[in-house]
Amino acid sequence: MFPWDLLANALVAGLLLGGVYAAVSLGVSIIFGLLDIANIAQPAFLILGAYAVYVVNTGFGVDPILAGLLFTPVFYLLGAAVYRVYYGSFERRGEEALRGLVFFFGLLFIIEVSLSIKFGVDYRLVQAGYLGKSFEIGGIGIAYRLLVPCLVGLAMTLALHLFLGRSFYGRAIMAVSQDRLALRLMGADPVHIKTVAFGIGIAAASLAGALIITITPVIPSSDRDYIGRMFAITVLGGMGSIGGTLVAAIILGVVESLMSTFFGPSWSQAVSFGILLTALAVRPSGLFGR
Amino acid sequence: MPQAARALLAGLVVVGLGIFIASLRINPYLYFAGYVILQYIVIATAWNILGGYAGYVNFGTPAFFAMGAYTAVFLIQTMRPPLPVLILAGGLVSALLGLAIGYLTLRLRGTFFSIATLALSIVLQTMIINWEFVGGSRGLSVIRPSGPPFGNYVTFLFTVMVLLAVVAVTAARFIERSWVGRGLAALRDNEEAAECMGVPTLRLKLFATTVSGFLLGVAGAPFPYYVTFVEPNSAFSLDYAVNALAMPMIGGTTSWVGPVIGAVLLGSAQQLATVTISSEMNLFIVGVVLVAFVVAAPEGILGLVRRLRGR
Repeated sequence: MFPWDLLANALVAGLLLGGVYAAVSLGVSIIFGLLDIANIAQPAFLILGAYAVYVVNTGFGVDPILAGLLFTPVFYLLGAAVYRVYYGSFERRGEEALRGLVFFFGLLFIIEVSLSIKFGVDYRLVQAGYLGKSFEIGGIGIAYRLLVPCLVGLAMTLALHLFLGRSFYGRAIMAVSQDRLALRLMGADPVHIKTVAFGIGIAAASLAGALIITITPVIPSSDRDYIGRMFAITVLGGMGSIGGTLVAAIILGVVESLMSTFFGPSWSQAVSFGILLTALAVRPSGLFGR
Repeated sequence: MPQAARALLAGLVVVGLGIFIASLRINPYLYFAGYVILQYIVIATAWNILGGYAGYVNFGTPAFFAMGAYTAVFLIQTMRPPLPVLILAGGLVSALLGLAIGYLTLRLRGTFFSIATLALSIVLQTMIINWEFVGGSRGLSVIRPSGPPFGNYVTFLFTVMVLLAVVAVTAARFIERSWVGRGLAALRDNEEAAECMGVPTLRLKLFATTVSGFLLGVAGAPFPYYVTFVEPNSAFSLDYAVNALAMPMIGGTTSWVGPVIGAVLLGSAQQLATVTISSEMNLFIVGVVLVAFVVAAPEGILGLVRRLRGR
């Protein structure tokens, strides 16, 4: 007989995972999708954020998600600084494509190796009162360790959606990759706008890192697990569309969850990269291409 | 003396020197370290044919390297052919993979191409992890054949790598100096313009990806005999991707000398750091040096030398 309860549980877990994956991909959607900056180091900032939360949580017992929120201004400034270096070294000289990519790849490597020098390669996790608990609806178990990050992820997605659509800065970010000159004529400095956007993207990644370490233990090389997911979701979601990012993230979460339930977790990595390769080869503009 | 003959002579001299060093029987660790540096000369040179000459950044170096290594593992498990057959087979399988990547460039350029190659590497790794015959995720011990043609097996592999490095560098130098190299440089600078001027861009790109893939596979094929234990995490290590990129960037990407300089400098520095500090520290150094060079000296050491001479 077909295991229906297994399927239902996998579907729900996949949906919850999708909410978190949306949060994980928001930064890439802004930086890669809207600004056209190939920031491959994004998953390293995600894991860096997770480790920052780990330090505060084990040291002072702060709730992981609250700790993540507290760190966002720090990561915003870090992101703004990284963009300034990137801009001064590559974008201004018009060499961003090849060398910029290499720059971010090196940055990814430096962050990852620094973390493993500082913390070693043991799995690190966080503690909070609700993490071990779960409840059940109609035979489907829902764990708080998955539900809470998912809700926070959805809130982040909504907040960013509103920010981009309603505020002056948000609209300027949407405009900056399309027409710099027009933006300048509207009284906004493209470099300043991009700095803000890059900072927000990195801050979003660090908060998503808090969600990740709430769900699952983290090691310094965990960033590699998210490179494929982030870019698959961003490309599939149509490069910078926040709604598209959410839909793509949920698709990926569900497919991954089904794969790991029915075929084993070792295949789940291949799913995101398989989707990414197919999307790139068949329809690079994504499901909701502009 | 004509160019080709001089290049051949230089190559023979280097191979002869390699055999001479191999026969010295100094501290065995030096051959181990030397092998790694030579392997990186092949990898960096191969990467540069696509990345430096054609301007397509390949993050999937581990995929090609591991394809060579795992083709060798598969053959060792089934027929146990001699080493030259392993090297040739590993190269051919990776060349086919390169050809496939080449067709991908029809649709994907710039960043998208790079991300696709990274994706390819991880998809292949997952397949190998789930393939028990070649060891799966646990890995597989490989027994070296008894009685190498000369010396012990490590010095023999060292000599083989000298030969492979000479072949790779000669091929890169030949490509660079021929019309193929000029065509690749044209499409690197502006692909549309090159196409309009009648440069056969697709054929050139396919050539570059195939040759690059072949050489990366060739570098990976002796790997099982070198480490005698192959597992996916070491064969598909991201270290290959970052080194393959960093070495040409540090040396200079426009000439065949660049990757060689980068591989020798960075490779030796890493070997030293691994022994004296820690293997994590050596990776940290690679990352920092890479970022420092790409920010401060984008033309690499060759560019610095050129600038100094200009003044």
